[in-house]
Amino acid sequence: MIEFQNITFSYRDKSEPVFDDFCLRLEQNKVYGLLGENGTGKSTLLYLLMGLLRPSEGHITVDGTDVSRRKRTTLQQMYIVPEEFELPTMRFTDYVKAYRPFYPAFSEDILRRCMEEFHLPLDARLNQLSMGDKKKALMSFALATNVRYLLMDEPTNGLDVPSKKQFRKVIATSMTEDRTLIIATHQLHDVDSLLDHVLILQRSHLLLDASVTEICEKYTFDVRPNDDIDENVHYSERTPQGNATLSLRQPDDEETPLNLELLFNAVTSHNL
Amino acid sequence: MIYQNERAIYVKIADRVCDDILSGKYQEDERVPSVRELAAEYEVNTNTVLRTFDILQRDEIIYQRRGIGVFVSPGARHKIRIARKREFRQHELPEFLRRLRLLGMTIDDVVKAWEETEHANH
Repeated sequence: MIEFQNITFSYRDKSEPVFDDFCLRLEQNKVYGLLGENGTGKSTLLYLLMGLLRPSEGHITVDGTDVSRRKRTTLQQMYIVPEEFELPTMRFTDYVKAYRPFYPAFSEDILRRCMEEFHLPLDARLNQLSMGDKKKALMSFALATNVRYLLMDEPTNGLDVPSKKQFRKVIATSMTEDRTLIIATHQLHDVDSLLDHVLILQRSHLLLDASVTEICEKYTFDVRPNDDIDENVHYSERTPQGNATLSLRQPDDEETPLNLELLFNAVTSHNL
Repeated sequence: MIYQNERAIYVKIADRVCDDILSGKYQEDERVPSVRELAAEYEVNTNTVLRTFDILQRDEIIYQRRGIGVFVSPGARHKIRIARKREFRQHELPEFLRRLRLLGMTIDDVVKAWEETEHANH
């Protein structure tokens, strides 16, 4: 379990804190979507969680251990795929050989499966890969580490359309028991079908912290004729098909699929 | 115009599994793909597929054999056909009849079209 307890954090060159008395609790074995507009602190939250940034006040614990202690037993259960990164000039196989000893649960099997799904050779020269392919290689390594807490910052940025599909397949098959995945993104369509839980961040606090099941139990997402607006409608957007609508789900309504973009717009415009 | 709500993803996946049982892709007492295989195929969270399996198990379309996998129940095709016929009668047929009347067509037009396709099929 991950706990942010009353965190305050600000970058030195900025006076206004990114987080001020911020609390959050993440449970095991779930896929979290961490959403928020630009500059709301999504990446900062991930780096705080990795212990790469330290809060000025409060504690962040992973399975009860403060991450700022950067203990080996904690770090070998965590991995982050940053939005942008450099890889050394070497073959992927050598990269794996160099870094896998840090991760006791490393799985050769998962590594092969992921690289195969991404159509990348295991001995690829990392410096010759495009940004998208580098990302796919690092994501394959990340999944193969088999850590309990896997963090991804904008994983689909730089991926082409087929790669995004491969990404979803890889994530769908790699979610084993006892693993928590946190995906920070604003590419909502790329990830919506993968999520168990939605977190929407706005400066310093969470606007929404709810499971997809809860959201779909409470709300109906549908497309309605333009004149069909009643008191249950919380938010709607005009589309060529009619009004895309978020409304309170009525007792005899069938469950509808989550429209993450509509939910996000409703929440960030404070209509929920 | 009547707007048909989109159905929840786990329900849609259940429909696809039922399609595959009807078409004979999965025979009765044969294994259907695992949770993880279906999650990969439809690019969804494994919990979504678990919900699919829950409703299919509840409707006795599939059954679980501990440690081995999930199998198509005996009589599943028959059950799916009955359920789909009921759904057709309750939802699609009334809408179809409503449109016939709206367009000023009669049941004779339908019979004619039916007979034409019967000829084409034989």
